[in-house]
Amino acid sequence: MKTAEFQADAQGVPTRVIRSQSGWAPLDLAQVWRHRELVFFMAWRDIQLRYRQTLLGVGWAVLQPLSTTAVFAVFFGRLGKIPSDGLPYPLFALAGLIPWQLFAFALLQSSVSLVENQNILRKVYFPRIIVPIASVGAGILDFMVAFLILLAAMAWFRVGLSWRLLALPPLVVLALVTALGIGLWLATLNVRYRDIRYTVPFLSQLWLFATPVAYPASIVPERWRPLLGLNPMAGVVEGFRWALLGAGQVSGGLLAISTGVAVALLVSGLFYFRRMERGFADVI
Amino acid sequence: MGPLALRVEAMGKRYRLRGGGPSYDTFADALRRTVGAPVRWLRGQARADTTATFWALDDVSFEIPVGQAVGVIGRNGAGKSTLLKILSGVTEPTVGQAAVWGTMGALLEVGTGFHPELTGRENVFLNGAILGMRRAEVARKFDEIVAFSGIEKFIDTPAKHYSSGMYMRLAFAVAAHLETSILLVDEVLAVGDAEFQRKCLQKMEQVGSQGRTVLFVSHDMAAVTRLCSRAILLDQGRVVRDGMASEVVHHYLHGGAIHGAAVREWPSPESAPGDQVAKLRAVRVLDEQGRPAPEVDIRRPVRIEVDFWNLQPSESPSVNLHIFNEESICLFVTSDFSTATWKAGPRNRGLVRSTCVIPGNFLAEGLFTVLAAVSSYRRVTVHAMERDAVAFTIVDRSEGDGVRGPYAGPLPGVVRPMLDWTLETLEPGGAR
Repeated sequence: MKTAEFQADAQGVPTRVIRSQSGWAPLDLAQVWRHRELVFFMAWRDIQLRYRQTLLGVGWAVLQPLSTTAVFAVFFGRLGKIPSDGLPYPLFALAGLIPWQLFAFALLQSSVSLVENQNILRKVYFPRIIVPIASVGAGILDFMVAFLILLAAMAWFRVGLSWRLLALPPLVVLALVTALGIGLWLATLNVRYRDIRYTVPFLSQLWLFATPVAYPASIVPERWRPLLGLNPMAGVVEGFRWALLGAGQVSGGLLAISTGVAVALLVSGLFYFRRMERGFADVI
Repeated sequence: MGPLALRVEAMGKRYRLRGGGPSYDTFADALRRTVGAPVRWLRGQARADTTATFWALDDVSFEIPVGQAVGVIGRNGAGKSTLLKILSGVTEPTVGQAAVWGTMGALLEVGTGFHPELTGRENVFLNGAILGMRRAEVARKFDEIVAFSGIEKFIDTPAKHYSSGMYMRLAFAVAAHLETSILLVDEVLAVGDAEFQRKCLQKMEQVGSQGRTVLFVSHDMAAVTRLCSRAILLDQGRVVRDGMASEVVHHYLHGGAIHGAAVREWPSPESAPGDQVAKLRAVRVLDEQGRPAPEVDIRRPVRIEVDFWNLQPSESPSVNLHIFNEESICLFVTSDFSTATWKAGPRNRGLVRSTCVIPGNFLAEGLFTVLAAVSSYRRVTVHAMERDAVAFTIVDRSEGDGVRGPYAGPLPGVVRPMLDWTLETLEPGGAR
């Protein structure tokens, strides 16, 4: 019992005991809940700052997936003749790119979040975990705008909506959990080793090609497909195509593996973060 | 002592010193160290510990009862800010512990989290949330905060268009409305104009009178003596003095070299300063009630009492006092020549008391030291003399009825006499 020696005197139990902690600490997620308003404010701030003093504003959220889709459609669809599960290739690529960009943005933002907020971390105490969580949330507005584009593209290609749409929210959560899980590891490492910042764009580029965004999972041989599930984003992207377009190689087994991996990344990331956060103010 | 708000026990904080290199490692360095470790081990250089460490805080202990305002003073690097950082939770102590009873708010730097692209209004909400206030709480106090800052007109302007003064006013206004039972404040009053400083000081004083506990780090000794009843002096991470604010401030300013006490006594003539004519028995600084007074309100008189042994019946020695301020400027010399007793001529052998009263509303605020001497003037001889015999602090609580009036900023001058002024309207309504 941490407060044992303080309980003995007439003072009563202290509200807080400050001392050096070592080793692994419990997660204390209730603390995050108590600071939920701060999560909201920091995410809101990030969104505000992203679009102030920019020429295109929210236009960036539209331009990015559209231009990438165009490039993919020309090089992979037209020239590369990559199959697209019988769908028009641009629609196929866009449906994969939109969850991918949500993930890639969340991953980058959470990885650099601690260093970007170092002035605050050095001066005020609040649960540090708020910072990467908020930075992951900041990408949701972009995602929603891009999603409208996707709906418009579906209407253009005359693809209707179905009850499978209900699968989208859990898939979005899966993408964010994966991004936060890795983001926590990278953000923590970035406090000490600033080369992480340069590693993330590189990592996310490699990851893009390991994920069936530009190509369908169906071109992966049948017996290797469960391995694809080890990449949670494979489950997310294929799941998106299935939910929206009725295509893709989504199976319960694949999604279960993806979810398992994502949760493992998140839990390990949270514990690692908790272990290292005590030293942030001294090292950052 | 009442219930405690804070107890710090044997607390220490060790930092690693790094050479002139970058303040962070690269991953490659870490890899090289890890990979190279077995090689170094084989060569018998088991721990090539190249990083030196130092203790920013070293075995610090103190207790603060609920409602006390405590100043933390010391040179740069003495550990003041480290102490506040640990107490606020920004960083952890290396050893020792602290217990806190109540909620704690910290103002380590005003405007933490303020962003130039956001408007004043947005920054108030964001900054409030960072400091731990609920959205509803900020919304409720919003008008009060904006009124306090005095920048109503610009509240929807991005903060990047603010002057640094406006920026600070708004930031302090948010922080001043924190409702925690303990407040940690790190040198935030160093900014802003005199009028705003006065508002801040008043707000801080209110904080104290609401039964709130305040820990105030500052280099402004006048502010510390004005706001705090107690002060803790840190030097190289250690507590070197802990006591009444004026006394600790005095000790700090004079490097502990002189005796800062309000009362000096020499119990026996053998060890007392003086010659065969007169020897000092005691020098005391007293308030109106005759109690020793190391700290006196600027509006109240100061009584200085000198007791000496008159050893020669034929002599009529006189007591004189030199009053020095912090800059060692002698403000004046005064002596008891004017008394009827002295004019009456030589006295018998025995213990003599000479008392001088310095009126209220005369000295400026600050620290004063007293040189006490006993001399003869028929043939000029100094029989006994004690430099820095006693010391006292004049405190201006700026309650509005002193010479300061409602002004709380720096006020120069070695004395601060209350003079007769008249103010009259000569020509009502005549503006030509």
